[in-house]
Parts: sequence; structure tokens; C-alpha cells
Amino acid sequence: MADAAIAHAEHETSTGLPNTKLAMWLFLSSECLLFGALITTYMLYRGQSEQPPYPQDVFDIAYTSVSTFILLSSSLSMVLALAAAEKGDDIRMRLWLLTTAFLGMAFVGGQVYEFTVFYEEGLALGTNLFGTTFYILTGFHGVHVTVGILMLLGLVGLSTSRQLPAQRSFPVEMVGLYWHFVDIVWIAIFVLIYLIPTPNPT
Amino acid sequence: MAEPEVREQTAEHAPEHRAPAAHQGGPTVRVYLRVAAILGVLTAVEVWLSYSGITGGLLITALILASITKFVMVLAYFMHLKYDDWRYGRFFLMGIVGATTLYMIVLITSKVFLR
Repeated sequence: MADAAIAHAEHETSTGLPNTKLAMWLFLSSECLLFGALITTYMLYRGQSEQPPYPQDVFDIAYTSVSTFILLSSSLSMVLALAAAEKGDDIRMRLWLLTTAFLGMAFVGGQVYEFTVFYEEGLALGTNLFGTTFYILTGFHGVHVTVGILMLLGLVGLSTSRQLPAQRSFPVEMVGLYWHFVDIVWIAIFVLIYLIPTPNPT
Repeated sequence: MAEPEVREQTAEHAPEHRAPAAHQGGPTVRVYLRVAAILGVLTAVEVWLSYSGITGGLLITALILASITKFVMVLAYFMHLKYDDWRYGRFFLMGIVGATTLYMIVLITSKVFLR
């Protein structure tokens, strides 16, 4: 019923659902194929690198766990921003959006630092199959997080300049859907790439 | 000539339609906090499992089960699928089931799981 009201406010749709929200879910559905392909490629070449460094040589699980908690926290702050938007509390909404953006920046910064450490340990993009598949997968994820940060900052800017529509929870919800999806992709990456041990090279 | 009037009426009534929608459904802040706490605990369990010395299929199964639980909880509560129209979930499911099926076929035919 909430969606029907939004659809009615935008324009009539044949489904009774707002096109924007439907499009966002379809987009996220297509992103499953993208990240599925990248994760599958990593798993196809797992343990197949002919030369070091191998995952067990470079991974720091404790460090990556902190990054994971940071991203998880950003999902919480995102839903708190949405809750504030639904109550019409613009100040709290902006605060939680900025918190989410900041946590996202902390995550991306952590990834960049991790990449530099790996590079110093001899793992470059073209070093071996592990390097290529790892950097492409996590790099794509990092770019998605960065785009999410830009969207969050854009929302804050629009809110500050009072350019958000009357039902401001809707754009916040759309950005939130994207942000949570980025989080659940990391849930998969963290387990499949970092936590599940890599077999010894053949 | 009637159409612009109808549109104006629609726009005028839109805020009234919006007010109930803003307060309908959806989890409360308390639910969000509980879900976040559960997600944190599950993540801690995953990290513990990786350090625990448990190996092989048991480790992989436990990690995958934990990650699927987290995945579903974020979808259901943070992304509101539990509270939203079922068609959104159906569209998303198309992508996730399609991707999983396709890539499992690739991995199985490449004998990745036999290594």
C-alpha cells in the first residue's frame, strides 16, 4: 500500500509499484550476475597459481574482519537514516547518511591500504592468477562502494539545499537498497575469498 | 480540460496519501538494532571458525550457512523485502537464482569441488 501511494504520486503504473524501485531491484538482480561471474572466476583459478605469493601468504584475517565490521555498521547507519527520513527528521537523516558515507570511506581506505601492503609483499595485478582474480573482484566491489559513497554525499547535499522531494524517505530508500546490496556482496566475498582456506597450489 | 484539474487534485491529495505510507509497515529502530547485533555475532562466529582449527567440509558448511543467514537477514530486514510487495523479491530472486545456477554449473563442470 505504501508503494501504491508512491506510484500514485509519481504516475500510474501497470504494476501499481513505483518504477524507480522496481528498476532498482532489477538492477541489483543484474549485479548478482556481475559479482557472481567475478566470484566464480576467482574460485575457478583458486589454488592454480604457479608462483607465490599465495592467499595464505598475504591475507590478514583480523584486519579484514575489522573492515567487515565497519561495512556492517554502515548498513545499520543506513537504515537509521531511512528511519529518520520516514519520521521527517532531516537533521538526524543527514547525520546518519554522513555516518554511513564516513564508514564507507573507512572501508575503502582500509581496502586501499590492504592493496598497498599486498603489493609491497609482491602481489600485483599480473603476478599470478590469485593476484589478478583477487584484485579484479575486490576492486570492482571497492568501486561500487565508492559510487555508493558519492550517492550518499549527493543525498546529503540535496537535503541541505532542500531539493529532496516531500517524500524524502523514497530516495533514501533507493540509495539504501544499493548500499545494502554492496554489503551483502562483501558478506559473500569475505567468506568465500578470505575465510575459506585456499587449497595448496597444484 | 478536466485532466489538468484531475492532475492538480492528485498532486494536492498526494501528501495525504504519502503521510500514511510513511508510517506503514517496516521494521522499527529496535528491530534494526537487534538485526545488526545478530549480524555482528554471526560475523564474529565466522572469524572464530576460521581460527578454530576446524577444517574441511565442516568448516566450509558452517561458514556458508552463517553467510547465507546474514545474507537473508540483510535482504529481509535492512532491504525491507519481508515488509514489501512480494514482486520485488521475485525479481531479485530471478537474478540470484539465475546467477547461482549458471555459476554452479560452471564450477561443477570445471570440477572445482573435487580439488
